[in-house]
Amino acid sequence: MTNRGRLSAPGGLAKPGSLSGPGGLPDNGSTVGSGSASATTVAAEPAETYFAGDEVAAGERLSEYAGRHNLEPASARPPALKYLRMLWQRRQFITGFATASNVAMYSEARLGQLWQVLTPLLNAAVYFLIFGVLLHISRGVPDYITFLVTGIFVFNFTQRACITSSVVMRDNLPLIRALPFPRGCLPLGYVVIELQQLLLSFCVLFVIILAYGEPFTWYWFLILPILALQTLFNVGCAFILARWGSGFDDVSQLLPFIIRTWMYASGVIFSITTSLALVPSQSLYFHKHLAYLLQVNPAAVYITLIRNSLLTSQRISMPGYHPFNAVKCAMYGNPAKYHIPSDVFANKVIYYSSYCKPIVTQQALWGYAVGWAVVAAIAGFFFFWWAETRYGRG
Amino acid sequence: MAEPMVVVDDLHVVYRVYGSGADKGTAATALLRMVKRQRRPSIREVHAIRGLSFVAYKGDAVGVIGRNGSGKSTLLRAIAGLLPAEQGMVYTQGHAALLGVNAALLENLTGEKNVILGCLAMGMSPQTVKERYQSIVDFSGVGDFINLAMKTYSTGMGSRLRFAIASAKSQDILLVDEALATGDAEFRIKSHRRIDELRAHAGTVFLVAHNLGEIEETCNKVIWLEKGRIVQAGENVPEIVDAYLTATGGEPRVREPR
Repeated sequence: MTNRGRLSAPGGLAKPGSLSGPGGLPDNGSTVGSGSASATTVAAEPAETYFAGDEVAAGERLSEYAGRHNLEPASARPPALKYLRMLWQRRQFITGFATASNVAMYSEARLGQLWQVLTPLLNAAVYFLIFGVLLHISRGVPDYITFLVTGIFVFNFTQRACITSSVVMRDNLPLIRALPFPRGCLPLGYVVIELQQLLLSFCVLFVIILAYGEPFTWYWFLILPILALQTLFNVGCAFILARWGSGFDDVSQLLPFIIRTWMYASGVIFSITTSLALVPSQSLYFHKHLAYLLQVNPAAVYITLIRNSLLTSQRISMPGYHPFNAVKCAMYGNPAKYHIPSDVFANKVIYYSSYCKPIVTQQALWGYAVGWAVVAAIAGFFFFWWAETRYGRG
Repeated sequence: MAEPMVVVDDLHVVYRVYGSGADKGTAATALLRMVKRQRRPSIREVHAIRGLSFVAYKGDAVGVIGRNGSGKSTLLRAIAGLLPAEQGMVYTQGHAALLGVNAALLENLTGEKNVILGCLAMGMSPQTVKERYQSIVDFSGVGDFINLAMKTYSTGMGSRLRFAIASAKSQDILLVDEALATGDAEFRIKSHRRIDELRAHAGTVFLVAHNLGEIEETCNKVIWLEKGRIVQAGENVPEIVDAYLTATGGEPRVREPR
């Protein structure tokens, strides 16, 4: 319904309310059947303007009067830059909201805050049980357990940020309705909650990989810029999903399935950079374009970069780490053809993936990491900001 | 010259209610509808506000009275910018805080966190929050409960704390939708005083209440709504209240001579 214009009654009333007095005969139909809205929303004649007195000049429209006194439409959206400043001004609210929610999350559990550490630990334990003890496979990846656990923890950050922010506007409806504040604080706060959780789970991760004999190296500090970029990317996703999720519940119903697909496509459980792409019998070997697309998808980019920073075995087996060597690469791809015993493969040849040509180089990964973060954050911000006045409606 | 804070210009609000009527809404019917590319058949349109125009100025306390379903709460939500206008427009000076009945702010957090975060969300600096914290808690009168999660509060306590938070910042426009109804006598006096302060600081207050005594004590103007239209509105509050009471079949209020 876009008919904003005031339809004047026959006889063209210039000033609203010059004729109809108080109690101007309300008609008694209270509900309207579907489809006939246009007929009923247009008033037959403008009602009287109450309390205007002599303030509103004769012949002046109320909209002009409001404009003269610098009033703005109640549902006006602040300009984007001003909105950004408002968000920055609320940074204490955002972090305070995140910290308090994090603390309150386990307030009804007997173990309380211990769950913040227990959750990632148990997560890791489940995967250790299945892949380390029961299946006992390496899938062509050296140090498979640390490879797996790192991937899961990094992906979990984006996963949780997406899933929780899809319900953020519904969960906080009372707050949104009661207090005026820029709504973007809420998805931002949810990302900060997940960031705080991530820092804790990374402490657990450090313990796990050190226990597995991974040496501490200066490369570890590279995870700081990577996590910063991933956080930025998550902020963008959170903004977009918060707006979608505010409209209908379907989004939060569908999201877990999409995210699970995303997880398998991002090489959390198997390597899309080495084993799946370099071994001739594997699915991605003959589909280099698909392999390229999977490897540059944001989740895979952040996961691979963090694995290469934390795990030496991953760094030195990354394709492109060594100059191309066709024979050694072929030995990695088809050990049976070269009659390589399995123990030699597991200890030595498994690292020969580094002699293959990379589908996406380490440098390109960094480029994509920055690109995804910037694009997602900017697009997400504008997408969320565009609907600022619509949150909390209904 | 009085400065306007709220200008409501020929406002119409139409609700679209989904899933009413005969449609049982099974999965099969939903699928069939999508295949046939039909709209949901059971959308009912409720024309809740039918052409209101009025102006509220700095320092005004406007009472809104009317029967259930006459559009009082809808009007307040439209002023808060939470409902889109079907036609016409609401203009405001600054943003409005809306206090309803059944809403804890952050129900899983303690009262203390609610006070701090609520104030920060409204744009106060952490320093100011620290300074005002004690007075907000004192005003709310929830006492030791301040350290408990807000979902454990009684309705009255919750609304006291919410009112204390929302009125801590000198809001330009405060919309109170029956939020004081659950408070006790002591709190009613306090909140009455706080509303007077807000008015003195050039704020504008809208008050929806079924307690007509509260309207008479607090408000200098009153709007009587009926089926989304204004029946009467004016500064002669007692007369309009009496007219409303007579129309709804009640007796005029007995007033102490002042």
